[in-house]
Amino acid sequence: MALVPGLIKGLGVTGGTLLRTVFPDGWKKPIPNPVKGAETVQYPHEKEAPPPRARGVIALHEENCTACMLCARECPDWCIYIEGHKEKAPPRRAGGKPRQVNALDRFDIDYALCMYCGICVEVCPFEALFWSPEYEFSEPRIADLLHDKSRLAEWMETVPDFEAYEAGAETKVKKVPPT
Amino acid sequence: MTAISDREKLSYIAAQAADARLNLELETEGMTLNLGPQHPATHGTLRIIAKLDGEQVISAEPVMGYMHRGYEKLAEVRTYPQVTALVNRIDWVGSFANEVPFILAAEKLMEVEAPPRAQWIRTALFEMSRVANISLFLGDMALQLGATTPAFFAFRDREHVLNQIEAVTGGRFHPNFDRIGGLKDDLPAGWITETKRAMRKMRQFCDEMEQLVLGNEIFAARSRGIGVIPADIGLSYGLSGANIRSSGVDWDTRRDNPCGLVHSELDWKVWTHPDGDSFARFWVRLQEVRESTKMIDQLLDGLPSGPIMAKVPRIIKVPAGEAYVETENPLGVMGYYVISKGDLVPYRVKIRSASFSNISIAPWLLKGVYVPDIITILASLYFILGDIDR
Amino acid sequence: MIDATILLGELAYWQQTSLRVVGGLAAVLLIAGTLVYLHLFKLVSFMQSRLGPMEAGPFGSLQLLAEVGKFLQKEDLVPRKADRFVFLAAPFVVLVSTFLLVVVVPWGPDAWFVDSDIGIYLAMAVSSVSVIGILMAGWGSASKYSLLGGLRATGQLIAYELPLILAVIGVVIQAGTMNMQLIVTAQADGAIFGWDGIGNPYILTQGVGFLLFMIAMQAELTQTPFDMPIAESELVTGYMTEYSGMRFLLFFIGEFATAGVFSAIAAVLFLGGWYVPGIDSDDNILNVIGPLVMLTKVVGLTFLVFWFRFTFPRFREDQLQKLAWKVLIPVALANIVATGILKVAF
Ligand code: SF4
Ligand code: SF4
Repeated sequence: MALVPGLIKGLGVTGGTLLRTVFPDGWKKPIPNPVKGAETVQYPHEKEAPPPRARGVIALHEENCTACMLCARECPDWCIYIEGHKEKAPPRRAGGKPRQVNALDRFDIDYALCMYCGICVEVCPFEALFWSPEYEFSEPRIADLLHDKSRLAEWMETVPDFEAYEAGAETKVKKVPPT
Repeated sequence: MTAISDREKLSYIAAQAADARLNLELETEGMTLNLGPQHPATHGTLRIIAKLDGEQVISAEPVMGYMHRGYEKLAEVRTYPQVTALVNRIDWVGSFANEVPFILAAEKLMEVEAPPRAQWIRTALFEMSRVANISLFLGDMALQLGATTPAFFAFRDREHVLNQIEAVTGGRFHPNFDRIGGLKDDLPAGWITETKRAMRKMRQFCDEMEQLVLGNEIFAARSRGIGVIPADIGLSYGLSGANIRSSGVDWDTRRDNPCGLVHSELDWKVWTHPDGDSFARFWVRLQEVRESTKMIDQLLDGLPSGPIMAKVPRIIKVPAGEAYVETENPLGVMGYYVISKGDLVPYRVKIRSASFSNISIAPWLLKGVYVPDIITILASLYFILGDIDR
Repeated sequence: MIDATILLGELAYWQQTSLRVVGGLAAVLLIAGTLVYLHLFKLVSFMQSRLGPMEAGPFGSLQLLAEVGKFLQKEDLVPRKADRFVFLAAPFVVLVSTFLLVVVVPWGPDAWFVDSDIGIYLAMAVSSVSVIGILMAGWGSASKYSLLGGLRATGQLIAYELPLILAVIGVVIQAGTMNMQLIVTAQADGAIFGWDGIGNPYILTQGVGFLLFMIAMQAELTQTPFDMPIAESELVTGYMTEYSGMRFLLFFIGEFATAGVFSAIAAVLFLGGWYVPGIDSDDNILNVIGPLVMLTKVVGLTFLVFWFRFTFPRFREDQLQKLAWKVLIPVALANIVATGILKVAF
């Protein structure tokens, strides 16, 4: 058995990583600084920013929602609960007829069931749902994971703007409605 | 692809059966060791009933189904976009690759074709999921053999790829990004440079693995000559992917039967290894990761411009018909046989997942090996539980 | 511990004994604690590009206490079919072997627990006691994984005892004594072919022996290239599978303390023990810095142990035996012959 070379090389890899972690600045500045050298993040103290497209939590822009139920129907595990009623809104132009609009009574998403597939956001024809990359909404009680209308609306503030596209793309960049 | 004459195969199978009977008759009181369903080596809930004589395995039988989630049945009551979200979860470490064959089958039925830009991005993401998947294997197999550090390296460097997947699809693990007729969205600005950097990191990771694991004499001693799969046996058990390529069979669906993905326009190589043992399987997969990173670089360089979605109706109704599409997924050949009756939902979806076939060779392969080699062999066959049970 | 002799000379026997016990306890726990924190928690984490525990105390330095507290709180489970007495006693047997080992190690010219003329012989003898404990654990647990682990451990420990002892014999021949204290002074006052600038640490003249000793030690400690008995991907954790709470903690302490003590023995045999070049070997100051010097050497050697542990995959049982019987033992025998010839020649 030619035991030495491969084993020594392996030791070199782990030893090298050790040195790189302890001395991230190389030999010019040999000050041990593992906090910088390590690839991990000390989670509650520092946080990694998820990319703007990350599917963290769904935000509802209530004004746009017409209670059309498309999202609730398309959701693979039916975790969106919507109730609405029709009501008369003041006419758009002065003197016009009062419009009939659908108002939301209830719009709940049960995040304990949601599988973060993004279908609801995609099918909404009126741009009422948006993804926010926010991820810290765990709850001690599972029932609290049911976010109601107002809670979902609060997430709107955290929705980032849509990113610009890479060169060569022909898709238009969408806009997030101001809250 | 090496052909096997039927007679040869049959005589072999007969010999196997005779062998098994003999063993049964001579069986002394051995020990039955139950590996799993909760055992650190079966990454998931595979159970292996191993009959032992000392530390030697007399017979081993994988028991599966502990994680059956019924995706084939579920797909019959879910619309096509919903099925895409479901099949993400079959092989959960390379999930984008699961969507591709299904979408391709649906596209074949609808007779639409994704625009070139979508195809190229699709192929790039497909290869990225392969990198993410197999790099985990590289660490995992070393972990099964007792080396802890490679596993940490694998998780560390895989993160670069996952970050890139998340940046474009929004999901680290379950992208749900492929759509019938194209992709959900285009690439965000700056993504290409970042991805190229991640691919450089992955190549570095491959070099590290080569030195830390592949070149290690202990690793070689543990895996060389262990679990040898002859090419014809492998084929008769339906092995695919790197498992069969490491037995010297030069067969890669990406090259031989490209449907819908643009691998034929790239400059790449199918790696094979003549030995067919656990070492060869590790070696082939390591080369494949490296090859994939190069492919991704080429894909990003040659990315055509244009739209990302073909014209498809908003409500997707697939015309009646049947289609079967298979692609070379990280774990092996994965195929979807979709039957449509012209409804919103598929009539039947049959999923041919690679791991199910790959694990079926286990009883044959495990006979007569020692307990530590069970682990080597299972690790080198590389299955994902979700891909077995679905 | 430092001025043990002076103190011990004036004390009654029972007082001496209790002092020794306290000192031994301190030495074992201190070593185990230092090693776990320094190596297992920190250096190994750095090797894997992570930080290790950071929350308990500054840089996670109190993590160890937290872990001990956690283990103490856990329920002490005994499997229903287990051989109760054997199962419960096993961890203590393992720990006792560690305690017996630590007593023969000298920490300074006058700082020692037992100054025995057969020191190294005693150490090799009591180190085998742990085998009994491990076998007891494996058998008593009434679990297949434990049994396989215990049997593997026994086979392995017995196989590697031999190269370990044979590697030591080279040193004994060269030093001409089995007394650990005298081995240190022999190195301190020795000379390499007439040059005595740094004494004669036997790592230089007994390099092969040192290598053999380190390999065999790695196996005795069941650390990774040789961790078949606890192979967690096959046997869950081998003979420790069924243990929980305090008894698991005892195994854990035993494991790391033994690593430390074996390294200390290696340091004495091959690195010159408490001696530092440049100081006269009878200087009283060595009683103070001697233990520190020893600790440094122990940390250095255990770093090697953990470096190997976290870099290499493990051998298979048969390969492991092959390595012991076909490689290590012949080499060790050749080493003894060569040492003998050279000893006579010079
Ligand atoms: S993300 Fe998917 S699962 Fe969650 S609410 Fe929307 S459609 Fe339903
Ligand atoms: S969120 Fe969109 S899809 Fe859902 S009910 Fe409102 S408008 Fe319809």
